[in-house]
Amino acid sequence: MRLLPRKLSGSLSARRRSRFAAPVVLLLGLLVSGGAYAAFAPAQADQQSSDASLVAQGRQLFLVGCASCHGQHGEGVVTERGNNYGPPLVGVGAAAVDFQVGTGRMPMEEPGTQALEKAPVYNPKEIEALGAYVASLGPGPAVPTKADYNYKQGDVVKGGQFFLTNCTACHNFAGSGGALPHGRFAPSLRGVSPKHIYEALITGPQQMPVFADTTLSPQAKRDIIAYLKKSEAAPSYGGFSLGALGPVSEGLYAWIAGIGFLVLIAIWIASGTASVKNKKKAQTHE
Amino acid sequence: MSDTHDLVVPEAQEPIPDPGLPEHEERLTDAYPAQARRAERQVATLFGLSMLFAVLFCVSYFVFDIGRHPTKFLGLGASNVFLGLCLGLALLCIGFGAIHWARKLMTDHEIVEYRHPASSSEEDRVESLAAFQQGVEESGIGRRPLIRNTLIGALGMLGLPAIVALRDLGPLPGDKLWHTVWRRGMRVVNDVDGTLIKPSDMVVGQLVNAEPELFFETDANGQPKVEGTELLQEKAKAAVILVRMDPADITPGPGKANWGINGILCYSKICTHVGCPISLWEQQTHHLLCPCHQSTFDLADNGKVVFGPAARPLPQLPIMTDSEGYIVAQSDFKQPVGPSFWERG
Amino acid sequence: MSHMSTTSSNGTRAAQIEQSGIVGGIANWADDRLGIGSLAKKNLRKVFPDHWSFMLGEIALWSFVVLLLTGVFLSLWFQPSMVETVYNGSYDRLRGIDMSAAYASTLHISFDVRAGLLMRQMHHWAAMIFIAAMLIHLARVFLTGAFRKPRELNWMIGGVLLLLGILEGFAGYSLPDDLLSGTGLRIADGLIKATPVVGSYMSFFLFGGEFPGNEIVSRLYIVHVLLIPGLLLALIGAHMLLLVYHKHTQWPGPGRTEKNVVGFPMLPVYAAKAGGFFFMVFGTIALMGGLLTINPIWLYGPYDPSKVTAGSQPDWYMGIAEGLLRIMPSNFETHIWGKTISWNVFLPGQVLPIVLWAIVIFYPFLEAWITGDKREHHLLQRPRNAPTRTGFMAAMMTVYGLLWAEGGNDIIAKVFHLNLNNITYFMRGAIFIGPVIAFIIAKRWCIALQRQDNEMLLHGYESGVILRDAQGGYTERHLPLSLDHAYTLTARERDTIYTSEPGTDLHGVANPRSRKERLRARLSRAWFGASVQKPTAEELEEAHHHADHVRELESDLAHPVAGKEFDDHNLRNTDDIPLRGH
Repeated sequence: MRLLPRKLSGSLSARRRSRFAAPVVLLLGLLVSGGAYAAFAPAQADQQSSDASLVAQGRQLFLVGCASCHGQHGEGVVTERGNNYGPPLVGVGAAAVDFQVGTGRMPMEEPGTQALEKAPVYNPKEIEALGAYVASLGPGPAVPTKADYNYKQGDVVKGGQFFLTNCTACHNFAGSGGALPHGRFAPSLRGVSPKHIYEALITGPQQMPVFADTTLSPQAKRDIIAYLKKSEAAPSYGGFSLGALGPVSEGLYAWIAGIGFLVLIAIWIASGTASVKNKKKAQTHE
Repeated sequence: MSDTHDLVVPEAQEPIPDPGLPEHEERLTDAYPAQARRAERQVATLFGLSMLFAVLFCVSYFVFDIGRHPTKFLGLGASNVFLGLCLGLALLCIGFGAIHWARKLMTDHEIVEYRHPASSSEEDRVESLAAFQQGVEESGIGRRPLIRNTLIGALGMLGLPAIVALRDLGPLPGDKLWHTVWRRGMRVVNDVDGTLIKPSDMVVGQLVNAEPELFFETDANGQPKVEGTELLQEKAKAAVILVRMDPADITPGPGKANWGINGILCYSKICTHVGCPISLWEQQTHHLLCPCHQSTFDLADNGKVVFGPAARPLPQLPIMTDSEGYIVAQSDFKQPVGPSFWERG
Repeated sequence: MSHMSTTSSNGTRAAQIEQSGIVGGIANWADDRLGIGSLAKKNLRKVFPDHWSFMLGEIALWSFVVLLLTGVFLSLWFQPSMVETVYNGSYDRLRGIDMSAAYASTLHISFDVRAGLLMRQMHHWAAMIFIAAMLIHLARVFLTGAFRKPRELNWMIGGVLLLLGILEGFAGYSLPDDLLSGTGLRIADGLIKATPVVGSYMSFFLFGGEFPGNEIVSRLYIVHVLLIPGLLLALIGAHMLLLVYHKHTQWPGPGRTEKNVVGFPMLPVYAAKAGGFFFMVFGTIALMGGLLTINPIWLYGPYDPSKVTAGSQPDWYMGIAEGLLRIMPSNFETHIWGKTISWNVFLPGQVLPIVLWAIVIFYPFLEAWITGDKREHHLLQRPRNAPTRTGFMAAMMTVYGLLWAEGGNDIIAKVFHLNLNNITYFMRGAIFIGPVIAFIIAKRWCIALQRQDNEMLLHGYESGVILRDAQGGYTERHLPLSLDHAYTLTARERDTIYTSEPGTDLHGVANPRSRKERLRARLSRAWFGASVQKPTAEELEEAHHHADHVRELESDLAHPVAGKEFDDHNLRNTDDIPLRGH
């Protein structure tokens, strides 16, 4: 069984034979991310005095909201036992900030095994400023542009194959999420915005591995997002999905809905029916 | 009381004697014709509803589209939902009706049947044993042990053809479980699209689900070199994961110091427990968790088992870079990949 | 007299059916050729006792019929072949992908055959319910002692049916050749390879070469549609025939003895009730097939040995095998003389499931040996009246439940935000401690209920009426049980503890069987020792005298309390006694 139809993989192998593909993609990525700000947020850029002031604004926000865990200069805080209290942020890039703060994972409500998703604490402008500051600490992935994650151009079939190869082991076949060791978990992917999916892939938040553009191309990422969004939009063909968790929840329903209901029926079948005597008695004692 | 009393076997020390079957209680439907008529109407209504749902099933069959443009209903596939609902209700109405009929309208006098011991009568036993003895006698099997023993031997020997005939169910394992397609110099490429990988393409914390390049190569005629069943069989052994960790975190085992490239290590993707592919990698703890039975391997420590039922560390594939700078294998795996087997040692 | 004087016995009115007419004509025609008259005479009015718990096996029977019907429908399209093909059907997310004909045809059934998805889902739900129903039927038969002589063989047939049903289910969900079923087969391959000496040979023979090969789907198909269903049908037939031959067990009660069976006739009441129940089971499965997604194979994609998904579990009935695999400690493997024995896989995958199953199917003989009871039993025991057996069942259910939960530990961890590893650590201990605790609690609970029964027999039930005496003390008025209720409570046998013969005979010669006998006696004492026996006639008499005495004392009270008119402590039926709340 081949993963891709011959024609498709043929054209792919032709493309990957080009030694320049990776550098070109890398260059493009750099160009796009570098120019993203100017190209896609000109109005905002006009309102902001300059990049420098954005970084300065971000630094102020950082000192108030982030530095207690991540250090005054994002160098991270190490506990006495040598663990990271807050990991260093040098080189994580604006994309990591946009993902972590944009999904409400940061700032964390309390130290725990895993930062949980919640309503974002900062508004988009503040997130942008924070991102600009963290990006200034060291080079890292920039916030992807709309063109990066424009999944309308994605190929759902290929996306499905990439998804099943790279994502389902943790996030499950329907993107419902799954358990990781020691109380950690891979979250559900349903309803996550294309931008945040893209950012998670390039930054590898928390325990998630990085899927850098060099090995999982931006197009492949768009394919994955296209597959996920297509799956969200498609009808649930067979009825309610029961959480799309696999056979465990199906077994639960077989017992509770199936056996439970049929046992109730059995009880009804074998039960007595209203008798004259009982009725008379009920009437005389009312 | 005459009938029932015969059934009761009073035991001398029984604290309370059997009072016998309770009197039959008349149901409302027995006593009041109006109640009976009402129950009759209810049963008939249920049967009528069943007919209606059977017709609606047929209507749903033709009205709701499946295929490329399925009809949607509340986010669900309309065809399946309505076919199931109509069929289910048509059947349930018959069931409810029939049981309601039995409970309300059919005679509900309990009747009594007598039991007999499961065994046959002593007389029958004696007779059948005698018949059997006679048969055995007449056959002479007891007196002619030669015939008896050779017959037993012949019947036993028939088991051999039955087993031998199944020999061609499959080939012998040979050394198939010991080797994979990995060879010195074979490139490690990204799964699905076959992208080549250079060490510089990988950042710390990166995971690549990879395959040998062979699976993406084609021969002179443009045909894939490995395909179909063979591809699956080879994939079931050769699939790998490529991860990059901080070199300072890695403690290579003896002789494995040069098996990686600057913190990039390559491990078999096939669990040593019962063979599930594993790619559930936690980049911070460097632990790899199998989603099937939760065997956990520490990739920073030679794939050692840190949790779960697996018994052996995950085999590591030694890698290096080729002249063009791409990641390639140094050799095949040094030990069989996947689940244990007897000959493995 | 409040009890019925006559009872219509079986078949008393049969002679009145007219021999002419269409029905009579057909019956005569058939009887002339088949001689079914005498068979029908015996069975048309066969008596079945009425109790809800007697219908659990019927759920299994009827879901098996649904499996046959839906299975035939599916087989009209399903292609049991691993030949590679390119999917070109309606499901766009897999269009153009190479896959096996088996998977492609399953997609075809799901997306291009109207009602195909419904039938697939019904088939799968019916399978889940089939095995679940067998299991609760087994639990009912066990807890009520219905497996005792003469029904031991039918119990064993039931045990074989359960095992075959599980194998049939496994073969079935392996057929679509999707990622989940392939992962299941991959695990099965690992289990087979762990067999000492012949493991790798067995694997190569089963898969027609190295895993996954191109044979397994067609081989499992014939097992799934012919071999096991044939065996199931034959054994279900035998199970039912023995049921008819032995006649159904019944609960003890007034007029219900070891020598009779009281209930409703096959025709018409049970024909309507059981027939109606068939439609209920069928209808419930149809509703589930319509409304609840099961095994959405299109999301899993075709099998590929390098892919896997979180939540890769088998269907529920394999859950305990899955749990056994997961619970095993690390590094449990022996390397000796250049060979490997994978205890971590061989034990949980092959040995322990068979051991658990063997305990279940040979249990009737074990219990009969311990209790020394060789008599026929047709009256059921209430679970409380066999405390050790009930405790044993509680222990077995605890083992089963813990392993089942462990088989879904990742889903439990995900849904309830628990620590995956801690669940497994907990289970490793609980699997040994849990059954012991469950045994003790269940046994003690049973004994407490037995005491309560005796209490009610001797002193009546608690009426909720509180009396204040002249000194200001409060007591609760107890009212006597109805005669029927009291009789039902006493309608059980006294337990007899097996006692061994002396270890040496009169001449001081050691009895060769004495060690076994002594063990048996000890077990028997442990089995019955703590059970509470029903009161004797004298005890009952004495208690009632005492009650009469209390009544005399109370008769001095100036104000009679409500319910006093029934204080004579004579047994009477509940229906004659107006209870509180009316």
